[in-house]
Amino acid sequence: MLFRPISFLAPAVFLLSAAPLLAQEGLLAALGPDSTVRTHAGASFKSTRVINGHSLEVLPHGVLDFRISHRMGFVSGGISEFFGLDQASIRLGLDYGLTDRLMVGIGRGSFRKTVDGFLKYKLLRQCQAGCSMPVTLDLVASASAITTVADQLPWYAPGREDLFSNRLAYSFQAVLGRKISEGISLQVMPGVVHRNLVTTAAERNDLLNAGVAGRAKVTKRVAITGEYYYVFPDQGPRQPYLNSLAFGVDIETGGHVFQLQFTNSTGMSERDFITESTGDFFDGDIHFGFNISRVFTLHGPKARHQGN
Amino acid sequence: MPSARPLLLTLMLWPAVVAAQDKYGSRNGTITFFSSAPLEDITAVNRNAASVLIPSTGAIEFSVLIRAFEFEKALMQEHFNENYMESAKWPKATFKGRIVPNAGDDLTKQGVHSAEVDGTLNIHGVERPLHTTAQLISGPDGRIKAGCTFEVKPEDHAIAIPGVVRDKIAKSIQVTVDITYRKL
Repeated sequence: MLFRPISFLAPAVFLLSAAPLLAQEGLLAALGPDSTVRTHAGASFKSTRVINGHSLEVLPHGVLDFRISHRMGFVSGGISEFFGLDQASIRLGLDYGLTDRLMVGIGRGSFRKTVDGFLKYKLLRQCQAGCSMPVTLDLVASASAITTVADQLPWYAPGREDLFSNRLAYSFQAVLGRKISEGISLQVMPGVVHRNLVTTAAERNDLLNAGVAGRAKVTKRVAITGEYYYVFPDQGPRQPYLNSLAFGVDIETGGHVFQLQFTNSTGMSERDFITESTGDFFDGDIHFGFNISRVFTLHGPKARHQGN
Repeated sequence: MPSARPLLLTLMLWPAVVAAQDKYGSRNGTITFFSSAPLEDITAVNRNAASVLIPSTGAIEFSVLIRAFEFEKALMQEHFNENYMESAKWPKATFKGRIVPNAGDDLTKQGVHSAEVDGTLNIHGVERPLHTTAQLISGPDGRIKAGCTFEVKPEDHAIAIPGVVRDKIAKSIQVTVDITYRKL
């Protein structure tokens, strides 16, 4: 008589004792499976440039980036040139994020007084959660115009007509890469540079090229970067030009990114550094240089939601 | 009638068992944080906080995806994830604890309740005890609206703030929770 009620009660007792246990273990399980928020890998590089060329990153919508880039003279100039510090090639640039995927930029470099502009579009975004894309792919199209006086053009000859179109060059590039880990990102950049006019008939106007670049974080705010642009052989004589090589350090401090670098490239538009670098890196023809990037949020996400 | 007694007992216990399992939950809780420092005020909001509450036992849990915090400036959001919260390593912040209504109120009873909240807050992989008070409003539609505010110190959760930005990030961050639970 006594054990029958107990046997009847057993399930109820079991439920009562089990309920708090289950609650402790995973209360949130009651909401069902996690709704995965789709996120993409961000901050593969600290800046939209690795050193001279473009990185995987584009500016977010509404962000203006003011860039000051300096390249001192060749270190091989020796003490009489104060190891290059007596001279400087400068580029001032303004970039802006039109959307989270499309950015536009303009700049002016002192090297051959070059004015340049570009469009950069993030076609594929590397997935972090809730999707599967393994890589990021950007497309970059840029154009530059040399605005120096005619007699300083490399192809200057007395009596030759100085057409504006002679001074133009274009570059088309794909930037394909991956943030491999929190600290390491790698990218390859196949592309073509087209120069409307070159100095000799044997030189090619179009030069196929491919770059490779990477960064490795040393701390959360400091990273080592490297970049090399290879111009494919058998595209006509290239003397005196050499491939572009650069090593740098990125230092991020809140709204600024400081990039310090050593490179054999003097100019900072694609024509200048990919196809017309003159320094021999391993013979001391190295520029010490820096880029300073300062970003301003002109148009925050808040303003966007309010219908701007 | 000896066999009627256990049946009666079981019938009496069943509602209690069911009530004990009544769960209230939401996936759209709002967590806002506010940092006030000499050089900069920073606000971020997350509208996807998940939480479950069992009024009868007071058990309460929160889970918040760090990446889902939205900032006014995209760069702040990037730095928040990359440099401070390290959201790739610790994607979520959680809270597990107990909510005890003052004066032994039943939280599901229509009206306004105040309650003590005690539990463990896990941010950036570091657990810290949290004690705060919450206000709850149980509405006629069976929903429970809950709100509370508390302070979190970044250094308590091993979040390092370098010297250059010390005047831009508050030593103590104000966190506000606003959530409406529905019965699950």
